[in-house]
Amino acid sequence: MSVTGAPRPRRPWRRLGRPRGSSSWEARAALLPYLWLGLFFFVPFLLVAKLSLSDVVLAIPPYAPRLDWSAGLPGLIAFVRALDFEAYARMGQDGLYLAAYLSSLKFAAVATAILLLVGYPLAYGMARCGPSVRQALLMAVILPFWTSFLIRVYAWIAILKPAGLLNMALAQIGLPPVDILNTDTAVYIGLVYAYLPFMVLPLYAVLERQEAGLLEAAADLGCTPFQSFWRVTFPLSLPGVAAGALLCFIPMVGEFVIPDLLGGSGTLMLGKTIWTEFFSNRDWPAASAVAIVLLATLVIPILLFQRQQTKMMEQR
Amino acid sequence: MRRGPSAFNIAAIVLGMGFLYLPIVLLVIYSFNESRLVTVWGGFSTRWYVSLLQNEQLLAAAWVTLRVAFVSATLATILGTLAALGLVRAGRFRGRTLFSSMTYAPLVMPEVILGLSLLLLFVSVGVARGFWTVMIAHTTLTLCYATVVVQARLVSFDEALEEAARDLGAPPWKAFALVTLPNIAPAVAAAWMLAFTLSLDDLVIASFTSGPGATTLPIRIYSAVRLGVSPEINAISTLLIGLVATGVIAVYLLNMRRRTAAP
Repeated sequence: MSVTGAPRPRRPWRRLGRPRGSSSWEARAALLPYLWLGLFFFVPFLLVAKLSLSDVVLAIPPYAPRLDWSAGLPGLIAFVRALDFEAYARMGQDGLYLAAYLSSLKFAAVATAILLLVGYPLAYGMARCGPSVRQALLMAVILPFWTSFLIRVYAWIAILKPAGLLNMALAQIGLPPVDILNTDTAVYIGLVYAYLPFMVLPLYAVLERQEAGLLEAAADLGCTPFQSFWRVTFPLSLPGVAAGALLCFIPMVGEFVIPDLLGGSGTLMLGKTIWTEFFSNRDWPAASAVAIVLLATLVIPILLFQRQQTKMMEQR
Repeated sequence: MRRGPSAFNIAAIVLGMGFLYLPIVLLVIYSFNESRLVTVWGGFSTRWYVSLLQNEQLLAAAWVTLRVAFVSATLATILGTLAALGLVRAGRFRGRTLFSSMTYAPLVMPEVILGLSLLLLFVSVGVARGFWTVMIAHTTLTLCYATVVVQARLVSFDEALEEAARDLGAPPWKAFALVTLPNIAPAVAAAWMLAFTLSLDDLVIASFTSGPGATTLPIRIYSAVRLGVSPEINAISTLLIGLVATGVIAVYLLNMRRRTAAP
């Protein structure tokens, strides 16, 4: 066993239920990434929370109070006293924040629903193909996920802009031009396009594992194809639906690139708000407060997503 | 599930794939356009690729991006493999829930939050922003993806093999290096590729954490895109897409061959 000589039950890496177990160096090795994430993922969140309670000042960095470690305990007390909820209060008073909040949720929810409608038939069709075709199609769905998000969003600008490819095509067949770029419609197109692989992959994973025998049994018992889909296939695919929906909904609420490049000046989304507060207004406390509100909204979906991930990994 | 695709299924596949690929195909085609106007076809030309080679700002940004991606992907793959080993094999240890939530949360966390929070960390510690801060930020993001990829392979790996090696007298690290590592190597390679491309691609986190000396390619592309569509951006995008697609398809084919070679 280990040479540290710590009392046995305190050893977090001791494997339970495996008497002939290894020394589990794996658990000790995991401490390294654990430390990394603690330092660069967990601690920064505390800093965001702290900063959201600070005030804006004209300085570098542009916030106050700053904790002076050399002042000791009195310094710490003075520091804590100077924190307040002003940034949140400002958010409550300014209707623009609330509008951005609601509109982010709306964009994400509607886009998730469209993604389900677009992604489900695609995943379903893929799952019904033969093994080699399925592999190739799976690859084809994964490939865009690897290519740059920014570039894929950019590709839509050339298509949607007033003198763009879409309007050229419409003119060819004698239809009037449409003005889509810099509207909410363009944002929806961008969201659905960019997140489609994230929706299709979990759906495909559950649909592919489904036994053909189930549908045969349903047909033998007198189900029409639609009934057997609605009463057998669909309910069994719900874990995939949940996974896909969470995987798309959560990051979409805080999306920045798509509303910024495809949306108009009237397109309000929290990711854009944080970006503007931070880079244009240099109001770091406000950016942090918006980030905290966004995070608080997403905590429950994120926890659901984690439970799902853990269950999936343990099911294999 | 298999009964052969119906006409409806085929239509769904064709439309879905068309939707996924049409914008990319158009972008690639118009990168070879002679005309500066992106939507007017002026004949085939590679002049935008030539003009890329003369754009020193862009080349410098590409070089920074490749270096950041290489270092952060390597670090993230090592840390991610260790994290996956811990999650799969260490059983229930204290803080496991916290650990697994820290590994899964960044997968869905909006990038603006990750970027902002890391920036605040760097500012409060007083580090100058540049190459290393972007590298750390990207490692943090991609480490989680690497963990999930390796973990998926590791859960299906039969641990008894490694135990057998240990029973035969191999020290734990040797048993791991000689038995487990070759077995999970395809997943480790895939994890590295994924981490590399994610780093190559990231705009939001890099914008928050980079400094004046370390402008990455996505930041350059973004500021150019804000000024409008240009064939030069199409050309650099085509190169990036080509690079990534070649890499992904190569890893995929390699994995396929291994699988058929050792059933």
